[in-house]
Amino acid sequence: MAIESEVLVVGGGLAGLTSALAAARAGADVRLISYKQSTLRNASGLVDVLGYTPAGEGPLVDPYGAIPELPEEHPYRTVGLAGVREAMDTFDAVAPDYRGGHTDANALLPTHGGTVKPTARYPAGASAGIASDDRDLLLVGFESLPDLDAPHAAAHLEAAGVPFEARGVTIRFPGDLRADAKVTRYAKLLDTNGEVTVRGRERPAREALAARVNPVLDDEDRVGFPAILGYDRAGGVRTDLARKLGAEVFEVPMGPPSLPGLRLEDALFDALDTAGVSIETGNPVVDFEGEHRIERVFVEKNGARIPNAADQYVLATGGLVGKGVESDRERVYEPVFDCHVPHPDGRYDWFDRDPFGDHAFARFGVETDGDLRPTGPEGRPEFDNLRAAGSVLRGYDFAAEKSGSGVSIATGYMAGERAAEVAG
Amino acid sequence: MSDADGPGIPDVEPTDPDADPAFDPVEPNTGEAFEPTDVFEEGEDFDLRPGSDSCYKCSTCDTNCPVAEVDDEFPGPKFQGPEQWRLKQNDDDHGVDDSIMDCSNCMRCDNACPSGVPLSQMHNTARGEYVAEEMSKTSLRYWRNRILANYRTSAWLASKVPRVANAAMNFGPARWVMEKTLGVTSEREFPDFATETFREWWDREGGAAGSRERAREQRKRRGDPVDADKRVAYFHGCYANYNTPEVGRALVRVYEHFGYEVVVPDQKCSGTPMFANGMLDDARRHAEVNVSSMGDLVERGYDAIASCTSCSMALRQEYPELFDIEGIDDVAANTFESVEYLRIHEDLRGEIRDADVGGDLAAEFAYHAPCHARNQGLDRQAVELFRDLEGVGIEDVGDSCSGISGTYGWKDEKYEKSMKIGEEMFEHMESAEGSTGMTECPTCAMQMEHGTGYDIRHPLELIEAAIVD
Repeated sequence: MAIESEVLVVGGGLAGLTSALAAARAGADVRLISYKQSTLRNASGLVDVLGYTPAGEGPLVDPYGAIPELPEEHPYRTVGLAGVREAMDTFDAVAPDYRGGHTDANALLPTHGGTVKPTARYPAGASAGIASDDRDLLLVGFESLPDLDAPHAAAHLEAAGVPFEARGVTIRFPGDLRADAKVTRYAKLLDTNGEVTVRGRERPAREALAARVNPVLDDEDRVGFPAILGYDRAGGVRTDLARKLGAEVFEVPMGPPSLPGLRLEDALFDALDTAGVSIETGNPVVDFEGEHRIERVFVEKNGARIPNAADQYVLATGGLVGKGVESDRERVYEPVFDCHVPHPDGRYDWFDRDPFGDHAFARFGVETDGDLRPTGPEGRPEFDNLRAAGSVLRGYDFAAEKSGSGVSIATGYMAGERAAEVAG
Repeated sequence: MSDADGPGIPDVEPTDPDADPAFDPVEPNTGEAFEPTDVFEEGEDFDLRPGSDSCYKCSTCDTNCPVAEVDDEFPGPKFQGPEQWRLKQNDDDHGVDDSIMDCSNCMRCDNACPSGVPLSQMHNTARGEYVAEEMSKTSLRYWRNRILANYRTSAWLASKVPRVANAAMNFGPARWVMEKTLGVTSEREFPDFATETFREWWDREGGAAGSRERAREQRKRRGDPVDADKRVAYFHGCYANYNTPEVGRALVRVYEHFGYEVVVPDQKCSGTPMFANGMLDDARRHAEVNVSSMGDLVERGYDAIASCTSCSMALRQEYPELFDIEGIDDVAANTFESVEYLRIHEDLRGEIRDADVGGDLAAEFAYHAPCHARNQGLDRQAVELFRDLEGVGIEDVGDSCSGISGTYGWKDEKYEKSMKIGEEMFEHMESAEGSTGMTECPTCAMQMEHGTGYDIRHPLELIEAAIVD
């Protein structure tokens, strides 16, 4: 026997979650297995579609307009323009706290480094920071959170030519938090409006924070903070601070661990739960049985191999960083099903000597047919019932193009829909 | 040195080729005299270096730590694990930081790490070292922790005179004395001891021979071969034996319903409370007994099952991570949580779908997933199983920690923190539709009851009500 479902998704990132959601919404009985917690908590929370062309042109105003011009091996070409749009509609339906769906055009959002990033969707909490808005802004950083160096980021924004004045100040977060307090500690204090000690007096955290910011606020209309303004009740924290400051309040997306990423993760898992998906995290899929069809996969738990069987499978284990694509000195490979990963023989051809050059490794991944099924060296599907989605796919450099989230959502959506269609 | 070397590079005398080849940032000696993989001494039992090297400081573990979220003094799992391990190498002046005793051993960081760092193994190892080398063996705190960790001994004594024990353990003046002398909080109610332990009931039902009879009857009813190879060894742990024998009885009835012969081998404490208190010698003594009796059965084709997720966690993960006992890997690889095992081998989902529940278990449940269920991938098992069961409703009360973490919340100095961690769960329980709680973990159940006053049930009790006649 085995733990059974119609569609089994391996991987709990954006691509895996989207395929599970798409398959479940199409009526399939779906199970999702993720080695560890979703890696979305490492994501900034910005959801891009395409910011630059593979040749580096951009920032693009209309990401959709550029899709038909992409090289043929790009995953967006496999999904097609209509498919990408449908996938983004599905995302919008399950992420109500996101903005940007009202237009095809990219929005420009300030990052914690002070650069401006073209992105298709952004958290509501970041929306007041939008860089095409001409109202002046103040960035507030905290001494103990060096990830946002506010004066530096503000200067960087001005140098980038934004249509407003940006100023940055660094203050101490109120209370006696330890110097390396976790982002969740800040968020929890603000969520619960817990007491902090300021000059020997106990005060609610939100009030104490506003009291620190008010003296350094000139007449800016909007104030940006590191993205730690609450977790479960982030909307309430922002509204409360905005009232106390007399200015709009926004969060600047940060590196990992990221509260906007955590909130997105929660929204998507809630959507999966509502759609009736079965979810398991904590242990890796390490092996499988089957020749031309995958019969079952095995989850490894301290030496025990737990069989999981399905009619259709989706591989969404990530790329080189997510360990969905591995390499050693000899070769580059896909570790679960050993799907073919095309790459040059010599490992010195895998990268460029210029750090910002055109690295071949950035596009490593599995090749697929038009149905997103990974193909072998001869171009035939490796397995009848396996589809791949997200950064395990080859043919695109998500970091340079700013297309990581969009490709995951689009290919995840297509793989999930197709899997459900065939399984049903 | 000339300016051509650029800024930031210090002015250093050229290295003397005969001198000790110490690390030199200007001319790193990475030749034969210096082997960079040998900079740390090899570990005696378990080499934690690979785990430490795998940590790339993403801090995802820290976002999962329930203690760091409420405690400004606690440095979090990334420090307690890979960073502390590294800091301690080749530096005898520093012991283990005493904040290790504030880690509640919830082990959530394990499930968080995208890089597979064995965080809880590092915490358990560091805590064991701290208690062995830095904690005074004559201090009251040491003995308080030791008594709490050896709950089985107290429970065994109490089970001899359960009625007297129940009265005495919650007798106000006695509790006041316990708090003042030992530091065991008087805020909590001690759990009741059953008037008949699970093992007493088991003997009364005919033990293994009785189970074989009943299993064969059920196989006939199910149309299975009468001599089918369906045999399991039940690790009931301390709590289902002394406090909630109804859970153990439910397990036996459910397994026999599916045609399994159950045996209940000799066993001691799983070691969970001992790991959490750094009492690794005590834990090892108990583990040796458990591995020996479970190992014999595994060799004969039995699988081990546990109804408590912390017990199954100990046998599966902590034993092989901390002890080198013969047969320990085979026991770990053949141990399962009891509901998980049925999901793998039987059509449990199908039977639950066809069933319905009446009586006092036809309720709306507020379910809390124990932290120790997470690493085993079981945190959604109950909600996903019972959402198809007619007559009941089940709602997950969120992914926060209950805060009690076994003996942690029983300590006077940890009680407030424990309740602060639990606050989120209490709130979600209050706003859930039902007013009956459900969880697999006995101490989470204590905390749930303590915070809300709800009656708390185990999933096996509901499965029994649904499918056993």
